[in-house]
Amino acid sequence: MDPLMTSAIAILLLPLLSYVLLFFFGEKLPRRGDWLGIGILGVTWVLALRIFAHFWTHDTPIEQSWTWVEVGRFQVDFGILLDGMSAVMLVVVTTVSLLVHLFSSGYMWGDRRYSRYFAFLGWFTFSMLGIVLSNSVFFLYVFWELVGIASYVLIGFFFHKNSAADANKKAFLVNRVGDFGFFLGILIFFTAVGEFQYGPLFAGVEQGMIGGSLWTWAGILLFFGCVGKSAQVPLHVWLPDAMEGPTPVSALIHAATMVAAGVYMTARLFPLFSPDALLFIAYTGAITAIFAATIAIVQTDIKRGLAYSTISQLGYMVMAVGVGGVMSGMFHLTTHAFFKACLFLASGAVIHAMHHEQDMRQMGGLRHKMPITFAAFLACTIAISGVPPFSGFWSKDAILGAALAFGMTDGHYLPFIFALLAAAITAFYMFRIVFLTFLGEPRNQEKYDHAHEVGWRMATPLVVLGTLAVIGGGIPMLGMGWFDKFVQDPGVEHGATVHATLPAFVDVAHAAPQHEGDDQQTESHGGDQGHGTSADVPESMHPVDPHNVDDAHGDAAAGDHGGGHDVHHTAHNRAMIMSIFAAGLGILLAWLTYGRKSISSAGALAAFPGVHKWLSNKYFVDEFYNGTLVHQTLNATRFAAAFDKHVIDGIVNGVGAAGKAAGKLGGLTDEWFVDGLVNAVGDLLRNIGNWLSTWQTGRVQNYFLGLVGGLVVLILVVRAGWLS
Amino acid sequence: MDVGLSHYLTLSAVFLALGVFTILSRRNAIVILMGVELVLNAAALNFVAFGKYVATGIAGQMMAIFVIVIAAAEAAVALAIILSVFRNFNTVQVDRVDRLRN
Repeated sequence: MDPLMTSAIAILLLPLLSYVLLFFFGEKLPRRGDWLGIGILGVTWVLALRIFAHFWTHDTPIEQSWTWVEVGRFQVDFGILLDGMSAVMLVVVTTVSLLVHLFSSGYMWGDRRYSRYFAFLGWFTFSMLGIVLSNSVFFLYVFWELVGIASYVLIGFFFHKNSAADANKKAFLVNRVGDFGFFLGILIFFTAVGEFQYGPLFAGVEQGMIGGSLWTWAGILLFFGCVGKSAQVPLHVWLPDAMEGPTPVSALIHAATMVAAGVYMTARLFPLFSPDALLFIAYTGAITAIFAATIAIVQTDIKRGLAYSTISQLGYMVMAVGVGGVMSGMFHLTTHAFFKACLFLASGAVIHAMHHEQDMRQMGGLRHKMPITFAAFLACTIAISGVPPFSGFWSKDAILGAALAFGMTDGHYLPFIFALLAAAITAFYMFRIVFLTFLGEPRNQEKYDHAHEVGWRMATPLVVLGTLAVIGGGIPMLGMGWFDKFVQDPGVEHGATVHATLPAFVDVAHAAPQHEGDDQQTESHGGDQGHGTSADVPESMHPVDPHNVDDAHGDAAAGDHGGGHDVHHTAHNRAMIMSIFAAGLGILLAWLTYGRKSISSAGALAAFPGVHKWLSNKYFVDEFYNGTLVHQTLNATRFAAAFDKHVIDGIVNGVGAAGKAAGKLGGLTDEWFVDGLVNAVGDLLRNIGNWLSTWQTGRVQNYFLGLVGGLVVLILVVRAGWLS
Repeated sequence: MDVGLSHYLTLSAVFLALGVFTILSRRNAIVILMGVELVLNAAALNFVAFGKYVATGIAGQMMAIFVIVIAAAEAAVALAIILSVFRNFNTVQVDRVDRLRN
């Protein structure tokens, strides 16, 4: 087996091992096992780096499958696919997870269920790594649900609080809605193509085994899974509530494990989406980006502000995939993982220091007390706002460029406009958080006096992630655009392959000889199909204009080569200028409002009372759901409960009472009639017997008297002639 | 006056009645035995009478002799039983010999 494949299996299984060990033996370990979880994640991280380093210089995917279940002609394989995209995700997930483990050992120290917490972290990481490594939609879905249940137990980790118990229920149920669509989508594609594995599945779609509106709808259903997991409008409502979980868990959910899954899935399954479905995805993402960004402006809870920021940034990524910018979407996912994990951990540090105060109006001036946290938070804020040369700038610029190019070629400018507006708002509300939390004067002197800088366990992750947030987008010495070594936009040929989206063709062509040696471990069916297509597909891909987004969308009216190239360059140049301008505007406004206070925030509120009402109530989405779905569901359940209680129970009780009455009647009949009859017969016989026994005196003379009497009577009868 | 069959039968009936009355009315086992003898002899007298007046041959007389013989044997056995009862119960009153009752 390929040593990298061995590493990949180890990467997948080690966090599971951590979970099992900590779950069963955690309480018995010294320090209750946090070193075990951190250590195992450290090993996993090193292995992930090894794979990452391999794909820095190589771009040939490595794939291997094992038969998992085989029933007649139906076969499901478990397989691992390693390529640039999964290599990046491995590093992102393990890095963030390792740092969150480390941070948690400070943040959660002293919790009653400390070792159980680390066990769940391992499980969460394992599930997410399964999503990343899986090479079939079937196992993608399996791990997808594992992520769902892991998030459930972690969001509800403080389940003794009602709000946490409600939040994890909400997260789980809202995700179920999306997962249902996802599952339907998988089933439609499986019905049409008959394959779960990416390679044959993509090839089947490529050959037109599914088409028309069914293709579009199947894609949109698949995307529902992303809408749920990545908290897109309208299923975003669970994410802010998920802040009830421990803050390091929020960091993990927001950066690496859960919400990233949706974007990763959309990017990974990109060839499955029809042009119309992609347009739907692009608009959903764009609307989510602006929608959540506006809500974030008025949040007073530091974690909730960051939560809406995450939703907004996820909207960016989803929109990027929708407009064909898979690379930019994944790029932003990576950089966002670093700075958002850092922001959350930093906010966790603040909350920890402020003795679980989360309201920003009680903070202020914390830069003096917590310089390391402040530095990390500020670096990440600059990164997320899109100020060059911080990491967020590069990824956001890539997305805006892709969106603008999409607008210029397809005429849909709305996603770009929304994204640009959201960029400005992002800069504004993030700096608002910085101003309110760290700058200015302390607003609650008592809490401020108790605040303190965090220990090394919590500071180290902040420093590491803060550094990554600064340099993660591109390191000048290594060249700015490192990311497209790993992930390329579909249709854009890099070298001779299109492996980013069509990994299996390349893989089968490359690895076929070694697969023939061990048929046990390879799916012969998929292999055959791969052989058939591996020759055709690269050819069929050649006529595709390498730089034209139109073709990625299947638009018939493709522009000429030179024109498409120009559009991209023009779009990127313009988008870069506009995004810098938008970020600057947002920061300036934030400074004027919360720094210099030349714009009164209270005055702004007074000027637009309606706007503030809508924003602070999050556009009444929760109220809408409560009023419609939740309320009606509860009514229906109450009705069902009442029906159960009165009608069903009534029937059951009635039947019971009738049975009881019948039994009583039967008992009485038995007692009085049957027994009476039996007793009567018995009594009669006994009485007769008693009477007869008086005749049996034992005196022969009595009998003889009877005998003589009888004889006399007989003689008389005969004499009288009565018998004749 | 001619002695006919009816005279024999009447005498026999009187014997029978006396015997039956004795059996029914007496408590002394020996007296009851005497009643039984009367009944037997009434029957024997009837046999003889019918043998003389009605039947031909000597069947009636033979039957009477059988009856007398059996009566003798019966008396011997019965007296032996009564003797045995007396030894056990110290009485020959039949209504006091009731050990098997109840």
